[in-house]
Amino acid sequence: MKNLIVAPAPHAHSGDSVRKNMLLVIAALLPAYAVSLAAFGWGALITTLISIAACCATEWVIAKWVLKQQPTLCDCSAILTGLLLAFNLPSNLPWWIVVVGAIVAIGVGKMTYGGLGQNPFNPALVGRVFLLISFPVQMTTWPLPQGFSGSYVDAATGATPLAAMKQIVKNGDMSLMDKLPDLQDAFVGFMGGSLGEVSALALIAGGIFLICMRVITWHIPVSILATVAAFAALSAPAGMCPCQYTALTLLTGGIMLGAFFMATDYVTSPMTGWGKIIFGVGIGLLVMVIRTWGAYPEGMSFAILIMNATVPLLNKIRPRRFGEVVKK
Amino acid sequence: MKTFTNGILKENPTFGLVLGMCPTLATTTSAVNGMSMGLATMFVLVCSNVVISLLKNVIPDKVRIPAFIVVIATFVSILQLLMQAYVPAIYATLGLFIPLIVVNCIVLGRAEAFACKNNIGLSALDGLGMGLGFTLSLTVIGAIRELLGTGCIFGYNLYSSQYGALIFVLAPGAFICLGYVMALVNKKIKG
Repeated sequence: MKNLIVAPAPHAHSGDSVRKNMLLVIAALLPAYAVSLAAFGWGALITTLISIAACCATEWVIAKWVLKQQPTLCDCSAILTGLLLAFNLPSNLPWWIVVVGAIVAIGVGKMTYGGLGQNPFNPALVGRVFLLISFPVQMTTWPLPQGFSGSYVDAATGATPLAAMKQIVKNGDMSLMDKLPDLQDAFVGFMGGSLGEVSALALIAGGIFLICMRVITWHIPVSILATVAAFAALSAPAGMCPCQYTALTLLTGGIMLGAFFMATDYVTSPMTGWGKIIFGVGIGLLVMVIRTWGAYPEGMSFAILIMNATVPLLNKIRPRRFGEVVKK
Repeated sequence: MKTFTNGILKENPTFGLVLGMCPTLATTTSAVNGMSMGLATMFVLVCSNVVISLLKNVIPDKVRIPAFIVVIATFVSILQLLMQAYVPAIYATLGLFIPLIVVNCIVLGRAEAFACKNNIGLSALDGLGMGLGFTLSLTVIGAIRELLGTGCIFGYNLYSSQYGALIFVLAPGAFICLGYVMALVNKKIKG
């Protein structure tokens, strides 16, 4: 027989749960994943499976034997972290690097702080940045899209559009202009890059689905994209149409994936609307500063991690209490 | 005896008192570097503790910090010239961090907190214990960073360096490693 629980109000439950939200985010990532499978073939499948398995295993082992808690695999957050981590890796990465990344993402990025809800930084990005600094060669060797035709290990590799754009912006080397994808390819996703970041179309569709389902709010993605677009339009290199430069900036690299799926992580983003907007503008500015003047061609992961660190400060912006009268 | 073991475990300069973080983070890229930095600090610590405890009745209270610094700086200069002459390779890798021992919190801290209140024997023991504690913790951090970063320990190769995570040789790895070792040590000591 079910026990009767005596508790103070409220008694109605909206049916929201961590598990439900995580599953919705995973569902929203599926279209982008379908494009990745079409573009990168077996590599995308193998990398994702290894990443998810390693994340779940790490979480289970640490919860069971180090923290001595009931392992919380059922809330699906480890699966989501594994999926997002895989989305941020090149699809031809050696398997052991994926495992190292997963262990760092869950072990260092999440469980060290006490598990879900306690971590100040996005675990998947902690894993990715750790790998980027540790194994710079493997992490920046991008396979070209080729579908299932090639094998997993010896996929042909090539420079990403971002690297070419960096050369153009930094050195004014216009001969690289024909290395840039045309806008339609970039929008649908047939270009080199990390596993899950290539298809802007599928990521936007997933993001809009999440906003409609009220899993995330519009503030963070819109403020990131608007800031990046404004910055790019003002800083387009001479000899390149500002419209084309802005569109390419938005469509290449991790901007879409970051804006809709990484920066909006509940635990590591601010709570109020204004806080979220400042958070998004900060990310947008940092990305463009790193892309334009930094050593790395892409700065989305660094920008989100840096802004994650400011979240406790941004949470000082309090919402107005219900019924409070503003003093004039 | 208690004065001696105090510095190694309970009041370990790195993990207990959290002093001298700058050399701890910067010089522990390998076990050998960490150990030589620890030993260099230990030499200065023992010598300055002994001399300051000898001079404790001569030094006027109001200018004691400048007086301590003069004593410490003397020994650091001696050490610097000795290392330059006999172990030039290590001197070259540690570089700036040898003269910086002058302003190392551990050395000045022990002079202020211990040597100027106790006799020579105890002060020497305190310097030795603190120095050993510092050397041990730097060697441990250096060994972990070297092993994870390059696959070697004391230069002895355990696995291929292509599997080493470069981050552990760089600054972020120092912070990650220090954090975990400190957490483990404090858990073991305080229970």
